[in-house]
Amino acid sequence: MKDPIKKKLKLKVSAISEGTVIDHIPSENLFKVISILKLDKTKNMITFGANLDSEKMGAKAIIKISNKFFEDDDINKIALIAPNAKLNIIRDYEVVEKKVVKVPDEVIGIVKCFNPKCITNNEPVTTSFRVISKLPLALKCLYCEKITHENQIVIKKSSE
Amino acid sequence: MDYSKDEYLRIMELAADFEANPNQTLLDGKVVASLFFEPSTRTRLSFETAINRLGGRIIGFSDSNSSSVTKGETLHDTIRMVSNYADLIVMRHPLEGSARYAAEISGVPVINAGDGANQHPTQTLLDMYSIIKTQKTLDNLNIFMVGDLKYGRTVHSLLMAVSQFNNPIFNFIAPEELQMPEEYKIYLREKKIRYFEHREFSDIISAADIVYMTRVQKERFSDPIEYEKVKNVYILTNSMLANTKPNMRILHPLPRVNEIHPDVDQNEKAYYFDQARNGVFTREAIIAHTLNLK
Repeated sequence: MKDPIKKKLKLKVSAISEGTVIDHIPSENLFKVISILKLDKTKNMITFGANLDSEKMGAKAIIKISNKFFEDDDINKIALIAPNAKLNIIRDYEVVEKKVVKVPDEVIGIVKCFNPKCITNNEPVTTSFRVISKLPLALKCLYCEKITHENQIVIKKSSE
Repeated sequence: MDYSKDEYLRIMELAADFEANPNQTLLDGKVVASLFFEPSTRTRLSFETAINRLGGRIIGFSDSNSSSVTKGETLHDTIRMVSNYADLIVMRHPLEGSARYAAEISGVPVINAGDGANQHPTQTLLDMYSIIKTQKTLDNLNIFMVGDLKYGRTVHSLLMAVSQFNNPIFNFIAPEELQMPEEYKIYLREKKIRYFEHREFSDIISAADIVYMTRVQKERFSDPIEYEKVKNVYILTNSMLANTKPNMRILHPLPRVNEIHPDVDQNEKAYYFDQARNGVFTREAIIAHTLNLK
């Protein structure tokens, strides 16, 4: 970190010794990311910051989770709402690995089907989609077979 | 419904077998639940006739007003309960994807008798049976689809099914507002299947092997003036059939309103009432296939 401004930004959220840092989350989706990764249920120490300045994104959010390392399948679930998120794996205060998220081939739960007449919007059914296009994102519902396009994607609330 | 070509042919073979010998006691001692969450007289009677001809007994309801849905029971609970009683469930439901969901939670097989605007697979199979019966093949057919090609799920399912076979040609005749959706045209282009679009009937009908008619419904139009302009454009009359091929047959999922003039009914090319009769044999075949009875 040669850039002093960036270094200062980093320090706004305290460093962790072991764990995962998820950076470049769109600020408005911070709590959705927390919900999808079930961080609201974990006992691990978590610090997060929102509305941090970002050259790329304007305002970004960051989450630091101590002593937690994610499986790729789990972390890829956030690709729908934080497509540019980057993971730093921290061991003894050092970044030992960097990862980017990838849109998975299947999306189970998380997203609502856009079709109001779909059974998943009328009964307590877990939604299930096949990803038929990643850019732009298009999800085909396993139930009603209708396609939910990127601009129609609504993330389910955790209570739904 | 994701049947392979071989499975289609197997069902067709079974349907022919049931047509030759409709009364077979394959369902002896079995109970079939006929759950119609919305009314559909034709489909229900066709299924219940098929079940009766197979010697099965029927429980169920013909619309949701006479079921526990009116008390607020979920589909989930209805299916869990009924699957404890019956050996097979036949279900019609207004919500899309309901049949797949029911199949996931039911302990017994579920046959989809229509789930909203999504699928009506047994209609497609009886259409396929009507085609193979009249044309002796499902290959190299020139199929005309007429009327509401946008919302008509029967034409979409039939298009997908016939596309499994060799070298079909499709001709779509529909008003601008009700033309075949782009996703199906993309599918055909990807499979290198030829199709042509027309706004009205013309002499091209002389090339048809099958003319599949559908209703143009007033409520599908955002602009009532557009409906008035096209409402009489998609009516088939007997005089239009003069130069058509001898093997050509006219299909319609029924009910019709005015899109096929009654003077067509006497023409030997009018096949829609026989098509409805084929529904019973096809549904006997689907039941036997689903329960591995044949």
